Amino acid sequence: MFHSLGRYILLLRLSFRKPEKFSVYWAEVMREMVSEGIGSLGIIAIISVFIGAVATIQTAFQLVSDLIPKTVVGGITRDSTILEFSPTICALVLAGRIGSSIASQIGTMRVTEQIDALEIMGVNAPGYLISPKIISGVTMIPVLVVISVVLGLSGGYLACAASRDVSTSDYLAGLTDGFNPLIVTVCGVKAIVFGFIINSICAYQGYYTSGGALEVGQAATRGVVFSCIMILFADLVISRSLL
Amino acid sequence: MIETQEVYKTFGDNQVLKGITTEFKPGKKNLIIGGSGSGKTTLLKCIVGLHEPTSGEVIFDSENFTAMHFKERVKIRKHIGMLFQNSALFDSMSVEANVMFPLNLFTDMSKSEKLDRANFCLERVDLKGKGKLHPSELSGGMKKRVGIARAISMQPKYLFVDEPNSGLDPLTSILIDELIAELTEEYNTTTVVVTHDMNSVMGIGDHIIFLHNGQKWWEGTNKDIAHSDNKELNNFVFASPFMKAAREKL
Repeated sequence: MFHSLGRYILLLRLSFRKPEKFSVYWAEVMREMVSEGIGSLGIIAIISVFIGAVATIQTAFQLVSDLIPKTVVGGITRDSTILEFSPTICALVLAGRIGSSIASQIGTMRVTEQIDALEIMGVNAPGYLISPKIISGVTMIPVLVVISVVLGLSGGYLACAASRDVSTSDYLAGLTDGFNPLIVTVCGVKAIVFGFIINSICAYQGYYTSGGALEVGQAATRGVVFSCIMILFADLVISRSLL
Repeated sequence: MIETQEVYKTFGDNQVLKGITTEFKPGKKNLIIGGSGSGKTTLLKCIVGLHEPTSGEVIFDSENFTAMHFKERVKIRKHIGMLFQNSALFDSMSVEANVMFPLNLFTDMSKSEKLDRANFCLERVDLKGKGKLHPSELSGGMKKRVGIARAISMQPKYLFVDEPNSGLDPLTSILIDELIAELTEEYNTTTVVVTHDMNSVMGIGDHIIFLHNGQKWWEGTNKDIAHSDNKELNNFVFASPFMKAAREKL
């Protein structure tokens, strides 16, 4: 475990060496941003709307009492969506979508000697392959999480409109009642950390793949599993330390 | 010129290279031959720095490559071109982008100059007009030629070729060999080829080293092979009845 941790840290250090040519790396960052950001928009939009709707319906179901104002449903949905559902569930889904793709892409490059070809040319292969992905992850995943929050809260609105358990006006009032800006900060920190975890762990698993197609598949699986575990661990640490 | 001095390489308990000392001269087609597991590719990877020798030195034109740090090695690597066994083309890029890749990173050429150079290299390997294709659209022989075009795009001083004929038909193999020979003369490169292919050995082997069990077992030219009395070399080169018959006629 310590051996792997050491290799992971060394790989990250190599990844952030000075680029050979900034313009080439910048083009890679842009390409990764499009791939990770635009490419993940569909799945994030779908799960966010459903999560927001389900969160609203279940909260309303648990708070059926004349003593509790209906606006509370909006407040709880808002807090749980911003604090937990959007960043964490999006990150877990993105670990599957982006993480497996990164690990298998880099792993395939390793077993087909493309990484060797980069090294022979004098290119810092970890820098060229990994740093654009990490930069893209820590910028685009927060953007996706913001979109997810908006769509999640919209999903809650649609659920209210459809079910009539809570009126849409109560729901909207609840969204603004007692808003604490700290939850947005926590959400942002989580998104950035999760973006880093997904990209760096999956890139590490791919970079040290050896063998053939079977090992590339195993590296992708390991990348997703370790990313998910680390996302949940980081979620706990951030929540405990910032809230 | 490239020299290896007492190069040893060990993986765990397995000693793959056992003190290889040799030199590869410019303008010559230097071939490394030997049976499977004899250490040919490991020696090539030690020379280019993909593997670190357990002990010994690799020297490029009086500069000790083995002792260099990453940044110092980059200066030498800019002069290295390498064709890999599976071509190792970047799947996500077009043929043209593959050839232009080292130019993008290491030169200050304008876009049109880089395009001109890429097209020149592609024309040189007889792939004019194929620049917009992707590697997945190419045959094995075409991929090898794109690999060669990429390797020569920076006008290398040292050209390394790993199993250039694996998976190719005999005619394409001969074309690839001829191309390697022409480029070696044209650029006066120090060319090192790892091969199993006896046509290559007899056709372009200016200087051949035969590895057996990780040791340099024999060294000479393609003309020397026919008259060698080295038992292991003869068992390797003249393994087939056809080659045995051919030797008897020499």
